[in-house]
Amino acid sequence: MSEKEIKNSGAERSRSLEEIFEARIARDEKIEPKDWMPEKYRQTHIRQMSQHAHSEIIGMLPEGNWITRAPSLRRKAALLAKVQDEAGHGLYLYSACETLGISRDELYEQLHSGKAKYSSIFNYPTITWADIGAIGWLVDGAAIINQVPLCNTSFGPYARAMVRVCKEESFHQRQGYEIMLTLCRGTEEQKAMAQDALNRWWWPSLMMLGPTDAESIHTEQSMKWKLKRKSNDELRQQFIDQTVPQADILGLTIPDPDLKWNEETGHYDFGEIDWDEFWQVVKGHGPCNKERLGARVDAWNNGKWVRDAAMAYAEKNEKRKVAKAS
Amino acid sequence: MSNNKKNWPLWEIFVRSKNGLEHRHFGSLHAADAEMALENARDVYTRRNEGVSIWVVESKNITASNPEQNGELFEPAQDKVYRHPTFYDLPDEVKHM
Repeated sequence: MSEKEIKNSGAERSRSLEEIFEARIARDEKIEPKDWMPEKYRQTHIRQMSQHAHSEIIGMLPEGNWITRAPSLRRKAALLAKVQDEAGHGLYLYSACETLGISRDELYEQLHSGKAKYSSIFNYPTITWADIGAIGWLVDGAAIINQVPLCNTSFGPYARAMVRVCKEESFHQRQGYEIMLTLCRGTEEQKAMAQDALNRWWWPSLMMLGPTDAESIHTEQSMKWKLKRKSNDELRQQFIDQTVPQADILGLTIPDPDLKWNEETGHYDFGEIDWDEFWQVVKGHGPCNKERLGARVDAWNNGKWVRDAAMAYAEKNEKRKVAKAS
Repeated sequence: MSNNKKNWPLWEIFVRSKNGLEHRHFGSLHAADAEMALENARDVYTRRNEGVSIWVVESKNITASNPEQNGELFEPAQDKVYRHPTFYDLPDEVKHM
């Protein structure tokens, strides 16, 4: 065989491996970490799962801002539990991601250097207590819509992590809505605070579901791999349709003059989303990008001596055990 | 010390959800030693009473079969249908066997 022939048969072999792989996914079989997979599948999953994990970790920061100032012990306990859940979700996802052969250290490095992205919504500030209600109701609400289909995604460790995440997420949304409900049934000032939070979080929540289908570069491949079951625009419509009646119950007004029920389509029509704002925030120019990443990097650097001390202690104990045994 | 950094190793976490059930793989996490792995596992995997017992095993101590060799590994069981009860023909009069 000539060199060229050998190369060709190599390419053929990998094409047929890829066909077998795609057929497995089409049959709804799961892919496990040690199975053969196309390099692009591995890279796409590392990108999406790590972005997801980073979002959970950075997502603790805007809410953590209010733990010490929660208005009651009940609210404080709930908020602490929620933020602890976000940490847990980040950890499930990081370890699922590590099964693809990337180390935790590399993942952190990508976040800290700004190479990896996280959800742009966490670059907005939480300036009043009502923001904690709005985040639970809207941001977690949008996250649930995004995440439920992922429980059936093709990569086993990701799907399993998402089942756990989704089970825990519904408390997050309910506690947020309860905060909004309490404010809306309170004084005029409290209700105004809730309305103000909705005004500021509504549009970023819609953007959170991702660029429009026409702009979304990864959608087609992700659909094939079941990393996505519905397009961004479908998910956004679903979010709007389910959230508008919830705002009505609160007696709040969605800040969109073009929003109205469309009898013909059975969906709400809505106004233009300011995608310039979205891309600005993604590119690092949101109100809190620097602050969020700065806080994360500080926490990591300032914790280094603790991690080193724990490792030194573990090694000393191990040596002691060995000395005793010999 | 800062240059020769040592990362916390990876541990696999197994949880028994209640007595009578086996320990099941729940996921993994990083910890400096086994004791810390147990405590972290409690916080990461059993925040809502999901378990009554936890096992932690350092990941490097697990030996796993290679899916590429599944053919050779599992093939011997494929042609042994006589290991299943339905292989045997019995008259209908024999009930409950």
